[in-house]
Parts: sequence; C-alpha cells; structure tokens
Amino acid sequence: MATATGTAAITAARVGGTAAARSRREAVLRVVAPIAVGLIVLGAWQFLVSVVGVSDYLLPSPQSIAEEFVAYWPSILSAAVITGTNAFVGLVVGTVLGLALAALAARWRAIDRMSAPVVAALAVVPIVALAPVLNSMFGADSQFGRQAIAALASFVPVFLNTLRGFRQTTPVHRDLMKAYAATSGQVLRTITLPTARPFMLTGIRIASSLAVISALVAEYFGGPRGGLGSLISTSAASSAYARAWAYVVASIALGLLFYLATLALERLVQPRTTRQRTTEGST
Amino acid sequence: MTDPTTAPAVAAPAGGGAPDAVAAPPGTPAVEIRGVDKTFDTRSGLVPALDGIDLTVAEGEFVSLIGPSGCGKSTLMRLIADLDEPTSGEVRVFGKTARQARRDQDYGIAFQQAGLLPWRTVAANVALPLELHGVASASRRDRVAELLEMVGLADFADRYPDQLSGGMQQRVAIARALAERPRLLLMDEPFGALDEMTREKMQAELVRICAETGAAVVFVTHSIPEAVFLSDRVVVMSPRPGRIQQVVSMQLGADASRTEALREERAFFEMVTVVREALHGAPAGGARGVETR
Ligand SMILES: Nc1ncnc2c1ncn2[C@@H]1O[C@H](COP(=O)(O)OP(=O)(O)O)[C@@H](O)[C@H]1O
Ligand SMILES: [Mg+2]
Repeated sequence: MATATGTAAITAARVGGTAAARSRREAVLRVVAPIAVGLIVLGAWQFLVSVVGVSDYLLPSPQSIAEEFVAYWPSILSAAVITGTNAFVGLVVGTVLGLALAALAARWRAIDRMSAPVVAALAVVPIVALAPVLNSMFGADSQFGRQAIAALASFVPVFLNTLRGFRQTTPVHRDLMKAYAATSGQVLRTITLPTARPFMLTGIRIASSLAVISALVAEYFGGPRGGLGSLISTSAASSAYARAWAYVVASIALGLLFYLATLALERLVQPRTTRQRTTEGST
Repeated sequence: MTDPTTAPAVAAPAGGGAPDAVAAPPGTPAVEIRGVDKTFDTRSGLVPALDGIDLTVAEGEFVSLIGPSGCGKSTLMRLIADLDEPTSGEVRVFGKTARQARRDQDYGIAFQQAGLLPWRTVAANVALPLELHGVASASRRDRVAELLEMVGLADFADRYPDQLSGGMQQRVAIARALAERPRLLLMDEPFGALDEMTREKMQAELVRICAETGAAVVFVTHSIPEAVFLSDRVVVMSPRPGRIQQVVSMQLGADASRTEALREERAFFEMVTVVREALHGAPAGGARGVETR
C-alpha cells in the first residue's frame, strides 16, 4: 500500500509540470480517452462482423444497428420518453422519500432503529421478484408498478447516503452553534444541511442510474408496452437483433442523460471548494 | 436532525423578572467559579477531570490557564462557556448562570481547531454570529470589513478556508470570536498550531485588541512565555484530577507595557521562571498524555 502510494506520487510528480497544465491535460484526457476506447471497440466490432465474417444474425454490426436506429427513430424517441418518465417519477419520489426519512431517522433514534431493518430488506429486494407482482396488481395498462419500482431503487441510496451525511457534523461546529445559542432551525440551516449536502448529492447521483435501470428492467415483466425495455424484449423475441441493439443504445443514452443531469445539479448547488474534497459515498 | 448534544436554546434573554437578566452592577467579576468538580462518565468508568476549582476573573482581566495535557484546561473553559455542565459547584458569568450568559451571548469563543465552515468564504465565516443573531446585512458587512482589517486578512475576504494557511484560519476564527464585541473572550490554545513568529505576532495583536475592547480573557495555553507575555494572572494546573496548583500574578514592573521589548526584559524572564517552577512543582507533572482537544 505504502509503496503503491509512493509510486503514484512519484509518477504524478514526473508527469507534473505546472498544476494548471496538468489539470488541463487531465481534462482533455478525461474526454479523449473514453472516446478513443469507444472508437476502438466499435472498429474491432465492425471488423469482426464485416471482415472476419461473424454472422450479422449473431452479432449485428455497428452499421446495421445505426441503420435500425435511424429507421426506428420515432419509436425509439417515444419509448425513451415513456421509460424516462417512469424513471424520473420514480427518482423524484424515491429521492423525496429518502431525504425525508433520513431526516427523521437522524432526528429520532427510534425511527432510525425501526427503519434500519426495513431499508436493509428493501436494499436486497430483487426487481425481478417485485416487477411481475406490481405489474399484475396495478393492471396491464398502468405505469404505476414501474414507477414504484424505480422509486424503491432510488430510495435506498438516497436514504443511506443522506443519513450518513446528517451524521457528519463535527463536534467543533456543534460546540460553536451551541456557544451562539443557535436555534435548532439555525443549526439545521447553518451546519447540518451544508455538511450533508455532498452526501445527498452522491446518493441522488447513484439513484439516477438505478432509477433508469429498474424502470427499464421492470418492463420485461408485463404491463403496458411501448417503453424501451419492452421493445428490447419484443425485438429480441422476433429475432430483430439489430433493432434490439438500437433500443439498447437508446437505453444507454437515457441512463447517461440522467447521470449527467444529476451531475449538473451537483455543480449547481455545490460550492466549488467543498465539491473538490467530497469523497465518494457508496450505497 | 440536530445532534442531541446541541441545545435547542433560544437566543432571546429570559424575561420573567429573573435577577440574572438584569445588567450586572459594576465590579461584578466576569467569571466566578466556586467549588467546581467535573467527572466524565465514560464507558471505561468515571474520569475525574476537575476537582475543587475556585477561580475569579475580574472584568477586563487577562487570565491564562496552563498545565500539562489532560489537566482539564479545556474542560474548565467549556464549563465557563456552558458547553458542558459541572458535576457540582457553580459557574457564574457576569453574575448570571453560565447558561444565561451563553444565551445572552456574553462571551466570544475560539477553539484550538479554527472550526471554520468550509463551504463559507472567510467573510461569511466571520459574519456567522452576526447573521445568527439578526444583525442587518449592511452593518454586518461593515463590521466584517473592520474585523478582517484588524486581523490583517482584508485581502482574503472572498477566499475559502481551505485556501488559507493554519495561522490565517486561526485569525479568521479570532475575528469571528470578536465579532460581537464580547466582554469576555474564551480562547483554547488558539495559537497552538502556529509557528513561533506568527505566534508572537498574534500575541501582540491580541494584547492590542484586548486593550481596545477592554474584554476579560480566559486563555488556555501550553506555552509559559505566551502565558507570561499576555496575562495579568497565570493559573497553573495539575492533572489527575485537575486542580489549581497555584495562581501566579504577573509582576512585570510598574509600567509594564506588553510590547515586543517586554520579551527581552529581566522581569519577563523572572516571571517565566516563577511559572515554570510552579508547573514543575506539580505532582505527576510533565508533558505526558495526549491532547484530546
Ligand atoms: N467528553 C469527555 N469525555 C470523557 N472524558 C473527557 C472528555 N473531555 C475531557 N475528558 C477527560 O478529562 C481530562 C481533561 O481533559 P481536557 O480538559 O481536554 O484537558 P486539557 O485541555 O488540559 O489537555 C482528560 O483526562 C480527558 O481525557
Ligand atoms: Mg485542551
């Protein structure tokens, strides 16, 4: 561990140069590297299919996927709107519930004690188990089951991270507030919420990806058609693999959109200095 | 959502005809501690931190608490600030209970850690107590500018704490403690993290500020020369349980002005020696134990 850190430090120093130049180089690298990797993978994929001759039926080429993507664009768009709406509603509801319950659990130990096993149970509920049940419960033409599943998936990381954030206030800050005879509302606004903020945002960022994934997967188990998940499964079932892949690409884009939106939210509400030091909270 | 240790105290002074709420008559000591014991109830048993403390700090007086780590200096200061309660005995501040004095905002406090809010700028950190106590934003701005000028950080108003050195952060904390012109200043090793040069400069600043404001000061320190340079009286404490070993009045000559020149004077060295001997005469003394705060 120590040697690894040492090596890293030496490497960093050597790569060095001025801090500004280094950070610029890092920023460029962060954009260029994934694009380069993506292009290489796509190139290799296309090469496998068109030159080596892997059957287009087994592995559709990027080109045919792109063609399907263009041909089915209207359907892809409406499907993305349906799934995206489900994920969004779920994310918002799950986030609101997660924040509220975390606040209650941080305030009253009894609620913390009561909720801990429930949340632990929720965290391990497999979507695949719940989706068919909710879908049948709320009928074949209701999106409610999917939204509920997305909400459930979002709730857990938001709750856990926020609760942790509420526990991060330092003794010296609490002493300071007490010395100022601050009211509990002032303590909340002045130290508790700002301290918890990066943790909340991390929770929401994790939840955003989970909301999309679970809204999508929930569609595999019945309910109204038309979302990305159900179109992926119908396309695959009718052996239209290139089209199925086109929907998969759209799903990836949707997930990315949610992730970037939460990242933007983070930049918006988080002052520069504390953002840099925020450590990644896990679920 | 707030920690249970945080008192949901209201800043408004209690009415109800309590004699405490009335302004103290002149001559009332800033701090009066009588027969105070403090025992911490920890998982590994009872920890006696303070035993039979009696101490009076007059208005405008500068009193330092000095002693080895763990002798209860911080604990004593926290009792005065009503951040902890004595197990027995009484603490009065300007003739009121410590709690009432805290609610009335009669003291300013600076901890060993600067304790700045990292998401606020330097100016917003200094403005914090003014903001919490409802000072209008225009006068808040003026006061903050004045304070930052005083601690020599006028150019750093818009920086964030993590862009400042430890010494600068501590100066921000001191400016914050002075924001409401308290008549009593409580300082727990505020210069502990500073290098010797900055430290001496800050000491001179503190002397100047105290002369300007006429505030009484309870100052916790590890450093004998610092205590001698700053104080009217030095309280030497001994550990386990924390007791007052001796109270040494500083006799630095008839017209003892606390300037840099004082540090070179004979009287200064003599007082340093007196305090050192008082300190080393303490049973089970010595600089052992780990600083807990
Ligand atoms: N909150 C606490 N809980 C338990 N023991 C404490 C607490 N605060 C201080 N103590 C104990 O009280 C003694 C005095 O501590 P402190 O006042 O911090 O000493 P000093 O500031 O002189 O170094 C030490 O033995 C310390 O371990
Ligand atoms: Mg201490």
